[in-house]
Amino acid sequence: MELAKRKIVTIVAESVLENLICERILELGATGYTVIESRGHGSLGRNAGEIPGSNIRIETIVKQEVAEVILDAISKEFFDKYSIICFMSDTLVLREAKY
Amino acid sequence: MAVSNALVTNLVSPITLSFCLGLFAKTIKSELSVPKEVYMGISLYLLYSLGLKGGVELAEADFSQIMFPAFATILLGCITPILTYIILRNIGRLSVADSAGIAAHYGSVSAVTFIAAQSFVSEVISQTPGMKNLEGYMPTLLALLESPGITIALAIGVFNSKSNGEKSRAALLHEVLTSRTMMLLVGGLIIGSLIGHKNWEMVSSFYDPKGGIFKGLLCIFLLEMGIVTATRIKDFKKVGIFLVMFGLTIPIINAGIAIIIGHYSGLSLGGCVVLASMAASASYIAAPPAVRMTLPEANPSYYLTLALAITFPFNIIIGIPFYMEMAKKYYEFSS
Repeated sequence: MELAKRKIVTIVAESVLENLICERILELGATGYTVIESRGHGSLGRNAGEIPGSNIRIETIVKQEVAEVILDAISKEFFDKYSIICFMSDTLVLREAKY
Repeated sequence: MAVSNALVTNLVSPITLSFCLGLFAKTIKSELSVPKEVYMGISLYLLYSLGLKGGVELAEADFSQIMFPAFATILLGCITPILTYIILRNIGRLSVADSAGIAAHYGSVSAVTFIAAQSFVSEVISQTPGMKNLEGYMPTLLALLESPGITIALAIGVFNSKSNGEKSRAALLHEVLTSRTMMLLVGGLIIGSLIGHKNWEMVSSFYDPKGGIFKGLLCIFLLEMGIVTATRIKDFKKVGIFLVMFGLTIPIINAGIAIIIGHYSGLSLGGCVVLASMAASASYIAAPPAVRMTLPEANPSYYLTLALAITFPFNIIIGIPFYMEMAKKYYEFSS
């Protein structure tokens, strides 16, 4: 079994941003993503869950270079206006050509 | 009927009392809740029913009959957000984004307030001999009032604050015009106007807003609204005294304008009260996501608390019968 190194980029954001972020990460080179409804508690006084509907957690598996581009773009475009967090972590994948 | 009578009629209606039960249950921390899917399902049914019935009536109305009220409604959709913005910005000294964000909510309509107003007015008409029947095309006016307010207020916000939201204006307009509410309402209106009376009778026992099914489901819907409202009441402190007072006054001002414009457009007394209730209401389904996307600097606590915890309960419990009295006085005065 051959495992290849990739990164998981995880973005937790207000649900109104779903389409916008998903389109953006595809533009930046991701080949796919998974969206999960979520809820939780953050450091900001302003709760992202204020608008009816839960938060979303978007995950995408990408190469290191793409992951960095995504983190950079998300932080520049969304951090100052919305409740959103974003991080990357290591993972090992099968079928590396998919990512 | 005096103010107190109208208020009592409204207070002992199962619709208002269901809302109060929801408020009460949440206040005493009961576990009572309406599952999200049920709530969404009921709202789908309510909007579609309104659209269909409105469409059937629309097919029978003359264009000349509806033209002036329709024009009046669009005019109203332009006046209320601008007026709201000016008051918030100049008297309340709120930021551009906050003022425009709140104005977008008041410019648009709460469909539930519309439904409650329509039920109340029908009830009063049935108890008052000689009072003119409510215009059947009112749901058309609801659809017309839904989008201009949001669009105008957001445009004010975007042009005045320089910092643009993430979404292009075309995408935003697309979102407002193709929202669930608009699809069900406008789709229902079109289908209703095509099917004719015979086909309507096939489904009318299920969809008729005067029927027991509609009113029964409306009670459950308002029960949930009561619960949602109660969870917001704790935010009163966050919004401050000015905005609380604003949330109680602006509905009356907007209703007053609607009564004058509605009267000139030739609406009946009942129709005018429904139009006033629409103008007085603040949208809390279509407007919040649109504002969040376009004016992210606007504080959601302000607009959500105002629309849901202050103006909505005010209209449901006191506002609607009060607008009835305002309209009556105005109609007597100007006849």
